[in-house]
Amino acid sequence: MTTTLPSYDDVVARYEPVIGLETHVELGTRTKMFCGCPTDFGGEPNTRVCPVCLGLPGSLPVANKAAVEATIRIGLALNCSIAQWCRFARKNYFYPDMPKNFQISQYDEPLCVDGYLDVEVNGETVRIGIERVHLEEDTGKTLHVGGATGRIHGATESLVDYNRAGIPLVEIVTKPIPGAGALAPEVARAYVTELRDVIRSLGVSDVRMEEGSLRCDVNTSLNLPGEEWGTRTETKNVNSLRSVERAVRSEMLRQASVLDAGGRITQETRHFHEDTGDTTPGRSKETATDYRYFPEPDLVPLAPDPAWVAELKAALPELPRLRRRRLQQEWGLSDLDMQSVVNAGAVELIEATVAAGASPAAARKWWLGELSRRANETGVELADIGATPAQVAELQRLVDAGKLTDKLARTVLEGVVAGEGSPTEVMTNRNLEVVSDTGALTAAVDEAIAANPDIAEKVRSGKVAAAGALVGAVMKSTRGQADAKSVRELILERLGVQG
Amino acid sequence: MAAISREEVAHLARLSRLAVTEEELDTFAGQLDVILQAVAQVGKVAAADIPPTSHSVPLTNVLREDVETPCLTPEEALSGAPDAEQQRFRVPRILNEDLAS
Repeated sequence: MTTTLPSYDDVVARYEPVIGLETHVELGTRTKMFCGCPTDFGGEPNTRVCPVCLGLPGSLPVANKAAVEATIRIGLALNCSIAQWCRFARKNYFYPDMPKNFQISQYDEPLCVDGYLDVEVNGETVRIGIERVHLEEDTGKTLHVGGATGRIHGATESLVDYNRAGIPLVEIVTKPIPGAGALAPEVARAYVTELRDVIRSLGVSDVRMEEGSLRCDVNTSLNLPGEEWGTRTETKNVNSLRSVERAVRSEMLRQASVLDAGGRITQETRHFHEDTGDTTPGRSKETATDYRYFPEPDLVPLAPDPAWVAELKAALPELPRLRRRRLQQEWGLSDLDMQSVVNAGAVELIEATVAAGASPAAARKWWLGELSRRANETGVELADIGATPAQVAELQRLVDAGKLTDKLARTVLEGVVAGEGSPTEVMTNRNLEVVSDTGALTAAVDEAIAANPDIAEKVRSGKVAAAGALVGAVMKSTRGQADAKSVRELILERLGVQG
Repeated sequence: MAAISREEVAHLARLSRLAVTEEELDTFAGQLDVILQAVAQVGKVAAADIPPTSHSVPLTNVLREDVETPCLTPEEALSGAPDAEQQRFRVPRILNEDLAS
């Protein structure tokens, strides 16, 4: 299928996007939502199951107090009201990822409602409304076999592992977000990033998108200025922060091309493809299953004691936005500089690097410079680049001690990122340490002088600038492993000239 | 007027993946109607001061501590499965995509 997409600038000049995000977070409780099976990631198939999470007859669920508490804390951190009374509900559907033929979720009585999260986009604060935060259970994992691709199309049967079924899952739904205009993709990304940071600061989930403990569905629609909001699509399978941004952008372009051609947007679920950055249609919402929600008869209502909720609220940790302001002051950064640190996803990395002994300026230089560049080139998150804050601090110590020049340090960092070991190990193994042995360096300098008598004569006669060529020769013969400034001083000294 | 139509029963049967014959549809629609009519009688006496209830026992906050309990072995877990492969439950393919969450 080949369609010519309009340019992004053209699309946002003519259409207004409305976005919305549904985020699922797997809680880091020790046990599942309604039974005592452990929740750790991995594990042989069907080894973390019991009669409750397998939905065997006669078994009864009991809600996990830690999961309820974590959900309330998320709600409080998102400025939500906490329900004084609410119930779980059965979401009925026919699909084997839940062995019971239903998922225990919440429907019209979520635990937390009506909050907001402030996020920074291009130095501006955007307030994202939170519709609801509710608690449910995760589904099992299905493996489709018999087909060529492992995906459901063409598969002849499904193999199901219920280890994940019943793990507490928190769903966070935003209110529709109009008015973001051309910045809609950035707003979506900034929201998910901020939400991830908030949840991480609460310590209730490891919120790792690549492991699926944070999953995001993105709703997008377009409308003409002054007209009603358009029909929305829901994009699933968005598995990284970068993909959140790309998915919104790609869906805006696709919808614009459909609308431009006089077509109509179908309300449907679409799947995002990491490799192409495109979305393809999934199930159509118009024929979606009727879930026949009803209050879960096997669980009694939740009525969080207001005193308990107040206690949880008082004990919330410093939230990321306030923490960033504090760090900005401590690091002496301008708003713009701090924003670039945040955009690069480097706040925690720099904080940890400073804690490991580096100066804020040095920590920022490495994370925003060399490492960010590599992260962008390879399309991975900065935190997953392969270098740790401790290693970056160690690298800077080697520079400060004069063992590495800036240039050599960059090479060492490459080795660290490639998994060759600690900075010291890479420096030693690749033989990158600065030639600080004065004897060896003097020999190299004398050699360069002897090989370039004309230049040496110029320098002697006072043309100090000509020494640059000799510095170059020495740097070449030491394969860049000398400190250029020291080399220059040494050359002038050997030629009897004052620098 | 019937409380549930024949079409609604057919819809529910489809959602539940039950193969129901035309004849059975008539039978079930009639039977379900009787049940729903009976429930509607209760609905009539429910006044505004009586909140709907989903549970017969007036309890709230029955919670468990986040403590592990023993699991089944995979053999036990799969013992009731119609079929298994690679230590997983084997089921016919389902055309709908992940519907939950």
